Amino acid sequence: MRLRLNLLIGGTLLGIVTAIAITAAFWTPYAPRAINLRRRLNAPSGTHWLGTDEFGRDVLSRLMVGAETSLTVAAVTVLVALCIGVLIGLLAGFFRGWVDRALMALNDALLAFPGILLALGLLTVIGPSKWGIVLALGLAYAPAVARVVRGSVLSLREREFIEASRALGNSELYTLWRHVLPNCVSPLTVLATSMFGWVILSESALSFLGLGVPPPAPSWGNMLATARPFLESATWLSIAPGVMIALCLLGTNLLGDALRDWLDPRT
Amino acid sequence: MMPLLRVAALRVTAGPSFAAVEGASFDVAAGEILALVGESGSGKTAMARAVIGLLPPGLAVTGGSIVFDGAEVTAKTVRALRGPGIGMVFQEPMTSLNPAVPIGVQMAEGLALHTPLRGAEINAACRAMLARVGIADPAACLNAYPHEFSGGMRQRIMLASVMLLRPKLLIADEPTTALDTLTQAEVLDLMVGLTREHCSAVLLITHNLALVARYADRALVMRRGRIVEEGKARALLTAPREAYTRALVDALPRRGPPPLPRAPSEPLLRAEALRVDFAGRRRFFVRGRAVQAVRGVNLAVHTGESVALVGGSGSGKTTLGRAMLRLVEPSSGRILFRGQDISTLRGAALLPFRMACQIVFQDPYSSLDPRMRVAQIVDEPLRHMRRLSSVERARRVEAMLDSVGLAGFGKRHPHALSGGQRQRVAIARALVRNPDFVLADEPVSALDMTIQKQILTLLRTLQRARGFACLFISHDLAAVGEIADRVVVMQHGEVVEEGDRDAVFDAPRHPYTRALLDAAPRLEGG
Repeated sequence: MRLRLNLLIGGTLLGIVTAIAITAAFWTPYAPRAINLRRRLNAPSGTHWLGTDEFGRDVLSRLMVGAETSLTVAAVTVLVALCIGVLIGLLAGFFRGWVDRALMALNDALLAFPGILLALGLLTVIGPSKWGIVLALGLAYAPAVARVVRGSVLSLREREFIEASRALGNSELYTLWRHVLPNCVSPLTVLATSMFGWVILSESALSFLGLGVPPPAPSWGNMLATARPFLESATWLSIAPGVMIALCLLGTNLLGDALRDWLDPRT
Repeated sequence: MMPLLRVAALRVTAGPSFAAVEGASFDVAAGEILALVGESGSGKTAMARAVIGLLPPGLAVTGGSIVFDGAEVTAKTVRALRGPGIGMVFQEPMTSLNPAVPIGVQMAEGLALHTPLRGAEINAACRAMLARVGIADPAACLNAYPHEFSGGMRQRIMLASVMLLRPKLLIADEPTTALDTLTQAEVLDLMVGLTREHCSAVLLITHNLALVARYADRALVMRRGRIVEEGKARALLTAPREAYTRALVDALPRRGPPPLPRAPSEPLLRAEALRVDFAGRRRFFVRGRAVQAVRGVNLAVHTGESVALVGGSGSGKTTLGRAMLRLVEPSSGRILFRGQDISTLRGAALLPFRMACQIVFQDPYSSLDPRMRVAQIVDEPLRHMRRLSSVERARRVEAMLDSVGLAGFGKRHPHALSGGQRQRVAIARALVRNPDFVLADEPVSALDMTIQKQILTLLRTLQRARGFACLFISHDLAAVGEIADRVVVMQHGEVVEEGDRDAVFDAPRHPYTRALLDAAPRLEGG
């Protein structure tokens, strides 16, 4: 029952946001980059449902187009972090010894930096762009994934079904792929869905520092960042992307829980 | 006279649809030892926990009454009873002591709470009790942590800290199920001795009927939440009235028929002067002492033969078995399979050996991948038999499942099976490639008595039909007697006695073998 409700609410929320992201370009009420200086900072009204920003651009249109950027950045970043982190975690946890020590030394060194600082450093080298952000944040979040995976693998490798697989003559790589990885899925789904939210917020923090998705292209993050000077005079500028980020996070978390339960044979 | 504990029409339920205990009534007289016997899920633990008010969340007492020492036990009064009134010893000695707190502090808690003793007096009382339960250095033990002791020692410490408060009733929930036969006898003898000194009554919960014969005055048999039979322990075992009790008695392992003489042949799998050392734990700058788990053992298993490897915990029997299967790296010595030394082969070169030798593990809960279905688990070994088509593979899996009595279970996940069914899956996985040799590492010690009987019978039937050799590792001599042709006894990593089963059982030569045989609970004579 809880599974269904999670799936229903989470699926609906994410489904709507994704549908908007994909189709936005065709039905925004205004061109998202059209500047109209006579209509600067208009409050929400019949003509501009969510008001206009400091350049007179329609907030609703920018929000719709920004969904595409924000969702792509978040989803691909999480994928990148998962791929790198899972690979490191599996190898370190399963083979132990010097492989473990070398990989974890590197991993812990990365973990010792705040993720945002690491991303900042990488971005100044790569230069701010959508894919630069994906790469930088992906690398910044990978160490956390590696830690979680390594922890799961360490406890799994002591289980007798791993030894049974070895006794059957299966190779280490096959055992890793067939028996270890699938049993790490539960903690990974939880981590991945919470990471989805962190990434959207990190992107907004990067925008704030001028290294996010470069304007004039809209993303929820840079909309939120540019709204800061108008927090008192034009609250709608920060509320609109804020609410979208919150709804999106709620959606991914509910869907993540549903996914985890669905993938678990015990439920 | 009013009994010490009177339980009347007790009902323990989880929600409206499930009753763990249904209308159970019984008395415990002061100072008597009452055994509560039943299989997993019979409600025996739920009933005992209801008495001391420690039901797990979800279960609740919804009817009947519990009167202890003349007063009704309620949620309000039960806390004061715990300790001086009713003490409890749990099954799992590895987890029932707090690993982060020294033993002295844990023992002192109860005394400080329930007695006027303070400081040095508490210390003296703890030391005296630890000495009584056979701890060699009680003063040092008070400052030690639980991980420094073996399972048997921890259970003694647990018993000591409970008996310090001289409870009128001691509830012991499967106190020795996690221990080997020798330690089990020691701990139970100690428990009975200690409770006799303090005139405490004992409620001994167990699935092992043989223990009842040895230790209890009276016994209750529980099944599906109801008490089905009650009586004097001896009468219950020798002349059970109920069919269910008779089934339990029949499930006790008995020595099988004497093995047929076999023609002398080349050994199938042989260990020669095999040693296994484990490197000591690494501390900051020094390495701890290496552990010599197996010290130069010679052991041969012939085609079709059933050899039992017997010993207490820590005797090295499991390590020896795993080393012979190349699951643990031997430090020196040779392992010969059909005359070929396989102790240094790796990777693909080892595959023919892997194809011919398989293993069944002790714990069926951890030996099956929880994310795979039964049919997938049994099919996996066949991926190395590349000549089989997928249709043939499916047919073979089906036939294998059928022969272990699990026809139609292929689509299930392990969590939807009982312990005995899981062990059948593990046996099917080991046998589906028709191996020549199977290592069975304590395959029944995690199971109920009736299920043990079924699994042992299944193993013997399959062995007769398929002719594989079996090395059966166990601490339980009764189970060994049922299945083995030959017995090998290990102690401290060395083989101390070896011979035909009947010779070893009837005329043991080594004192350790004799001690093992004496400790094994038996119905006849016990």
